[in-house]
Amino acid sequence: MPQTITINGKERQVDAADDTPLLWIIRDELNLTGTKFGCGVAACGACTIHVDGQPMRSCQARLSMVRGKNITTIEGIEGKAATAVQSAWRELNVVQCGYCQSGQIMSAIALLEDNKNPSDAEIDSAMSGNACRCATYQRIRKAIHLAAEKLEA
Amino acid sequence: MTAKTSLTPTRRNFLKGIAATGAALTIGFTPEGLLAAGPADAILNPFVRVASDGTVTVILKHFEMGQGTTTGLTTLIAEEMDVDWDKIEFEFAPSDNKKYKNLAFGAQGTGGSSAIANSFMQYRMAGAAAKELIVRAAATAWGVNTTEIIVENSQLTAGDKTAHFGEFVAAAAKLKTTGEPTLKDPKDFRLIGKESLPRKDNSDKTDGTAMFGMDVKVPNMVYAVILRSPRFGGKLKSFDVTKAKEVKGFFKVKELGDGKGLAVYAASTWSAISARKAIETKWDFASAENRSSSQMAEDHLEALKKEPQFHIHKDMTSEKTTKIIEAADKKLEAEFLLPLLAHAPMEPLNCVIEPKDDGSIVLHDGCQFPALVHPTISKILGLPLEKVSIKTVYAGGSFGRRANGTSDYAAEAAEAYKLLGNKKAVKLIWTREDDLAGGYYRPMAAHGIKIGVNEDGTLKGWNHHIVTQSIVKGTPFAANMIKDGVDDTSVEGVADTDYTLPNMAVGLTNWHSPMKVLWWRSVGHSHSAYAMEVAMDMAAKAAGSDPLAFRLAHLNSGTKDQARLAAVLKLAAEKSGWSETPAEGRARGIAAHKSFGSYVAEVVEISDNNGEIKIERVTCAVDCGIPVNPDVIRAQMEGGIGYGIGHIMRDQITLDEGKVEQANFPDYEPLRIGDIGAIDVHIIPSTEPPTGVGEPGVPPAGPALANAIFALRGKPVLKLPMTENGVEFV
Repeated sequence: MPQTITINGKERQVDAADDTPLLWIIRDELNLTGTKFGCGVAACGACTIHVDGQPMRSCQARLSMVRGKNITTIEGIEGKAATAVQSAWRELNVVQCGYCQSGQIMSAIALLEDNKNPSDAEIDSAMSGNACRCATYQRIRKAIHLAAEKLEA
Repeated sequence: MTAKTSLTPTRRNFLKGIAATGAALTIGFTPEGLLAAGPADAILNPFVRVASDGTVTVILKHFEMGQGTTTGLTTLIAEEMDVDWDKIEFEFAPSDNKKYKNLAFGAQGTGGSSAIANSFMQYRMAGAAAKELIVRAAATAWGVNTTEIIVENSQLTAGDKTAHFGEFVAAAAKLKTTGEPTLKDPKDFRLIGKESLPRKDNSDKTDGTAMFGMDVKVPNMVYAVILRSPRFGGKLKSFDVTKAKEVKGFFKVKELGDGKGLAVYAASTWSAISARKAIETKWDFASAENRSSSQMAEDHLEALKKEPQFHIHKDMTSEKTTKIIEAADKKLEAEFLLPLLAHAPMEPLNCVIEPKDDGSIVLHDGCQFPALVHPTISKILGLPLEKVSIKTVYAGGSFGRRANGTSDYAAEAAEAYKLLGNKKAVKLIWTREDDLAGGYYRPMAAHGIKIGVNEDGTLKGWNHHIVTQSIVKGTPFAANMIKDGVDDTSVEGVADTDYTLPNMAVGLTNWHSPMKVLWWRSVGHSHSAYAMEVAMDMAAKAAGSDPLAFRLAHLNSGTKDQARLAAVLKLAAEKSGWSETPAEGRARGIAAHKSFGSYVAEVVEISDNNGEIKIERVTCAVDCGIPVNPDVIRAQMEGGIGYGIGHIMRDQITLDEGKVEQANFPDYEPLRIGDIGAIDVHIIPSTEPPTGVGEPGVPPAGPALANAIFALRGKPVLKLPMTENGVEFV
């Protein structure tokens, strides 16, 4: 039976089996392919989205968990933290293959919205669930500091 | 993979590469129809297209897996054409083995850290040739000499006349090139060597719009997953799909040829995955790999004790050097064992086959090796080569996995497409579980090393025996890469070591399995550098020498190779503070290795936290010839260090009676952000031709960490991963 969800500020009708992870609804049904599939077991963070502003691994979320809530994907991010993070990422040439970076950026925005000036240890802790096989971690850490500076300015 | 031919860029290479392009210098040249220009665009050669608005598009013969080709090759054209960096775009080349071959291996494909090395002259020449045509067209139109025209940031100027490239492309496309274009003097470079050029893939990879194979959607497409044998080489005997039929969105099941398994089709990825889970199967494992990896490990170590199957240096056999070593004052022995490793690129393997109305098909893929993939799927589909085209998209990593002798996942997609009647587009998807259990691993490798040290600290002899499975045996690469039974990638980094090691014998014994193995970022160097560089530290200790001084003492024969390796060692040592004693509870390890033409040294500094090791800092020095994009070079070193260290810390693929035991990332834990405190990369300035950067950062990283642990504890780590062999990390 079709159900309504709110994603990137819009109401969308979706029709999928109840056990379908939100990740596949977002990607296959709604064509929002910026959210990535990396593991399916919440061990890599490539599928990170925001649900009412909180980071969530969409491979573990089900429709029943997000009913009536605001879902944001990389395509729908906005606000000062999002702009600061994206521009810091570009300035420091963070990306390599880029496949994990939507998830990294979603986690980084959530971190900065919660903590305006995170330390290295706080960054490492908040970002520990986001794997990057290219190992762009040094730049991710620097980019979060740079984004924090941009937010302060 | 290893490039067997010299990569020294010459004009001859360029002319060979561009030979097919004589006809390119006229408007309307449309290779494969895929570079179709707009009415007012001009394709000036296979690598450069200029639009009427002046936008220049570079056609990339190498795919982008993160290594920076979209920035690197684009830099070469932009430099010679004097294009504004913001006004140059890129596009991936179609599959065309003549125009777009890798000059390092004579076939279209990416690997062996060769993209910049083999393209350096070719792309610069292409840029210079395109600019020359435009300048001549402008000179004719303006009635001035070509020497009077200045080109800067995509603008042409002569006296009070000014125009952008677009205004003359139509006229330029009608001209023929005269001789060879003139290249810039390196002192005039404004982009090559520039410290902070923004990557060309910066924007779309940070806003979710970057298109990977996983994101491709075409009309009338079904999703497919493959149900494969749980053991390598098993054959499907029977199956039952009753329960799968209850899965919403389930479409069909088809049997793959040769008992390989089943293609499971559905309306969505999740339906396909769910349906596959519900299918019951029975397998015949008679000719499968049924051994456990513990048994394989024992077999490798057992083989070390026998005479090698092959002697690499004909004049110095292991028998000969054994006698010499026996007479040494000090003798040391080490048996190294390195496990199977998966590449595990972040994007699980996938591709899409799309039928077109004219009976042709398009493969959408982060395609690493069109020269192999193209004929492979043509053959499976029974289509002539010209009815198959490849649309290359971003690849979410590879580390070697996407280039293999059978083009495995593209071949699976082709078979799945054919089994469904050649009508419906098929998107084949691997899950992470498929990836980790999917074979094509970095082979297990055992190194047995015996070293004799004289009383004065000099070396008397070095006996080195490697036991491993050949990567290229039985593949299309074998003809070029196996000589007299020896796969060069099994012994690289040892047989061709840059150290002057007296009385060195190198032996190889090939190990066999139906399980497929493959190049894994840095290929043979991924295990040989570990054994060599840890053994060097053990030898240095036996000789009573500092590890840096000991290495430098064995790089003193006056060759250029040795001088360059010594230079990166000295620079990494200096920048890491090597000469100062580490703080209490801290230790440093050093390692250096040449691979893919580049010289890299790394120093790892660790701290001991109540018995747990923390990696505080890695200092890297690299000499890769002319640094084309310094920031990309730094990024590749950072990434190579992370890839090398992460696996050596805690990763391995193990088999329990042939079944892979690692299901997903929790069992094959990737390097995480907190694992390495900091990485500093230092680039040696150079005027030598550029060499590779994608892989050379990997080999020294593991042994540098191991040598730091050796320095801290006095005991080397000989078997990997470290966490299974007595090392704990914070």
